[in-house]
Amino acid sequence: MKKVQVLGTGCAKCKSTVELLNDVAESEGVSVDVQKGEDIAEIMSMGVMSTPGVVIDGTLVHSGSMPARAQVVEWLKD
Amino acid sequence: MFDWFASLIVYQTLGLSEDSAWGSALHFFVMDTTLIFFLLVVVIYVMGLLRALMSPERVRAYVRGKPPWLARTLAITLGGVTPFCSCSSVPLFIGFVEAGVPLGVTFSFLIASPMINEIAVVLLAGILGWEMALMYVAAGVVVAWVGGIVMQAFRPERWVEDYVWKIQMGESQPAPVDKSWRGRNRFAIAEVKEIVGRIWKWVVIGIAVGAAFHGFVPGDWVTTYLGEQGNWWAVPGAVLIGIPLYANATGIIPVAEAMLGKGAAVGTTLAFMMSVAALSLPELLILRKVIRWPGLALFAGVLAVAFVLVGWSFNLLT
Repeated sequence: MKKVQVLGTGCAKCKSTVELLNDVAESEGVSVDVQKGEDIAEIMSMGVMSTPGVVIDGTLVHSGSMPARAQVVEWLKD
Repeated sequence: MFDWFASLIVYQTLGLSEDSAWGSALHFFVMDTTLIFFLLVVVIYVMGLLRALMSPERVRAYVRGKPPWLARTLAITLGGVTPFCSCSSVPLFIGFVEAGVPLGVTFSFLIASPMINEIAVVLLAGILGWEMALMYVAAGVVVAWVGGIVMQAFRPERWVEDYVWKIQMGESQPAPVDKSWRGRNRFAIAEVKEIVGRIWKWVVIGIAVGAAFHGFVPGDWVTTYLGEQGNWWAVPGAVLIGIPLYANATGIIPVAEAMLGKGAAVGTTLAFMMSVAALSLPELLILRKVIRWPGLALFAGVLAVAFVLVGWSFNLLT
């Protein structure tokens, strides 16, 4: 199971990113645990200044925009 | 072309007269809607292709450790080409503080970023001409520069929330960016969707207000009160009216177009635009998470005074 974290302080893009991640996980049949990271100290400690950021198993893979669907498929694949 | 299209719809298809208030308001609305959305899509797409280039993280890295004058120049210039969503202003503020960037420089960035951006510049140039676009940018740069320095003089550190100083920012290697043209294209399309989706309401409201102004406000009234022979209080009045009003820099352009078209003075119009675009209550409320009220009030006050001074100067010079 992959641990996914979406970093952001509750902006619209962050919510859509969470939905996108859950949606892709479901259609690809991957089991994921998607959490929202809304604590500003936690977001900053990952080195993210522009939200939303996406962290998968502890590694930051994306920040600053909503990821494209194809990218998400890629992250959840292996 | 857009003029022709609007005339075709409003005057020929709907049969409204060019001289009637409704006819000219509707013509303004149709023309501006088509022209502005056309320009928006083109500009955002082109910038999207190039944009993978600038992010707040990189601005922070550039500004960090530079002498104040250079840091401020970079913050203002880069602020103009960094896409800025007010929802990012808190992490951005903390990131700058953590990097040891002086607060005055951070304020310069926070002033410049929402006010000056490539979208507003292209729209201004396309609708009101290069002269007006240059004046707007020049006014924005001056306000951001002076505003940051004045804020610094008040030692704003004392109003920053304590937890901000304690945050340790991790050094993550920036997330890899897809630099292929296919990746850029995808990014650019996503940007168009995201930005247009976020601002279209402001733009439509701005156009509607501009259209109503264009069609229904009598020209005599505008030249008397907002024109070059207008009263000295026209500029502070415009700034005060602009503070509670919120629109992004794009939405205010059609209003400015209508004001100028009716003979409002350039400085008064500029002051109003800046007040609406750069000084907004929602923005201040978001910053409240990192700065206490006295600091925010000072920030708003410094900006308002700067806008008034810029407005008066332009009115004197033009």
